[in-house]
Amino acid sequence: MAILAAIPVKEGRATKAGLEAASYAASLAAASGAEAVAVVSGDLSGDGGLGAVGIARVLHHAGTGVDGGAVARAVEAAARAAAATAVVAPHDDFGRAVAPRAAVRLGAGCITGVTALPDGGAVRRGVFSGKASAAVTASTPVVVYTVSPNAFGVRQTGGGAAAVEPLACDTGADRVRVRGFKAAGAGGGVPLPEAERVVSAGRGLKGPEHWGIVEDLARALGAATACSRPVSDIGWRPHHEHVGQTGIAIRPTLYIAVGISGAIQHLAGVNQSKVIVAINTDPEAPFFKAADYGIVGDAFDVLPKLTEAVKALH
Amino acid sequence: MNILVCISQAPDTTSRIAFKDGDTRFDEAGVTFIVNPYDEWYALVRGLELKEQLGGTVTCLMVGTAAVEPSIRKALAIGADEAVRIDLDPTDAIQTATAIADSARGKGYDLVLCGKETIDHNGGAVPGMLAELLDLPYVPLATKLDRAGDAWVIDRDAAGGTETVEVTGAVVVGAAKGLAEQRIPNMRGIMAARTKTLAVETSSAAPATAVRAFALPPAKGAVKLVPADRPEELVRLLREEAKVI
Repeated sequence: MAILAAIPVKEGRATKAGLEAASYAASLAAASGAEAVAVVSGDLSGDGGLGAVGIARVLHHAGTGVDGGAVARAVEAAARAAAATAVVAPHDDFGRAVAPRAAVRLGAGCITGVTALPDGGAVRRGVFSGKASAAVTASTPVVVYTVSPNAFGVRQTGGGAAAVEPLACDTGADRVRVRGFKAAGAGGGVPLPEAERVVSAGRGLKGPEHWGIVEDLARALGAATACSRPVSDIGWRPHHEHVGQTGIAIRPTLYIAVGISGAIQHLAGVNQSKVIVAINTDPEAPFFKAADYGIVGDAFDVLPKLTEAVKALH
Repeated sequence: MNILVCISQAPDTTSRIAFKDGDTRFDEAGVTFIVNPYDEWYALVRGLELKEQLGGTVTCLMVGTAAVEPSIRKALAIGADEAVRIDLDPTDAIQTATAIADSARGKGYDLVLCGKETIDHNGGAVPGMLAELLDLPYVPLATKLDRAGDAWVIDRDAAGGTETVEVTGAVVVGAAKGLAEQRIPNMRGIMAARTKTLAVETSSAAPATAVRAFALPPAKGAVKLVPADRPEELVRLLREEAKVI
């Protein structure tokens, strides 16, 4: 019996969201006395960092890892070979492409975006774009989970390197092929859903030329930058930075909102953040009701001083 | 180009979320339903743009009871040519995906567009399941979709940036923000939608998961305000009290 983690790799190592999913799988395995096994498709360096989070064995599929359909076949083969009762993947671009397909192939119930380990047979996931959560059960012998980034965390177990074994599985030619990759500029390449800290700004910044003070604070904090919907709609910032109900939902440990009023649609995408700071000139801004800390003041005056105060910590 | 756009509906983004029957069901009282934004603003509109460019037909499909027909009529008013409603009140992703796949199979769609997820369930699993059931490639989180010769060229959000991928043949695409711009239906579209074909099919697809109970997040305590001229106090609180920096 085993719990299988289906893990994306980048430059041979498991991604942060991948390590969180592997940690989740290892915890699930420890709780049920099962073996924690991972399956990886794509170039792998050593054990990809998976032994350190409690994975005992890595089944390595010699594929590209690009086509979710091919990866799902490898996941199915690994799940059958290891007699897995659960498959765990991160809820990211990889998990979205692979987990639902693997669930269909395995005849497994699929529960996506989970935020905690199963409790009493049900597992919790976010619904209504962060406005609520649901405890969900599956009626199938095998269950496929995807784990929300930043919800469970990476849990180092102090374990040694995992054994790496080849996985024999002919997945055929990829039907999805990569033609290019453009790295996101801001946040040092940290994907926004995985970022621990996020500095976000809205129309209160008055124009795209004023984003320097936002980026300065983000750099001092090692944070990614984000924005509100109006700001991405009018083209001040790229669409992939829009957080909220119709952009992306995030749950960093620290979310700083600058010049964002706090409309319900924006709050839905960020209210799972551990600590929220609102900075706004309007003391009546709804964001102050959702925030842990606040400053009523002008961003152009407050942000440079805040950046200096953060820098003074180092 | 034979294009299928799968749509769903969800509570309006400003809805107050509440539950009933011992927190096992969403309380629909007083809630306005809208076409799921990812399906309408991005998937449907990009489908229509591609049809305008390349010719063909856009079929819009929705799984739901007769109560969802206003959402289907809206998609027709925005410009879909015809529609299918599968008469089923689904409770999970596999039930929905199976119903769609059984209807779409053998119809020769060159492109199947879905929103990346609905804003109520936030599952994002239907398009991937649908692709597997139809044995098609699937590209999630698409922000750009174009035809180049006999291939689809797609930009998608990937770890740390944007990946451009190419697919030959039919494909399922999960639409994210950026793929298109919202279109408002005009009076002519609304009138035309009344006479467009809306076929009703049945399905015996079954779910594999169930919601045991919903819960609302715990209420937040009061905000702690720091004077604007003392940002160093905020930094101290974030470090010593909240321990997040």
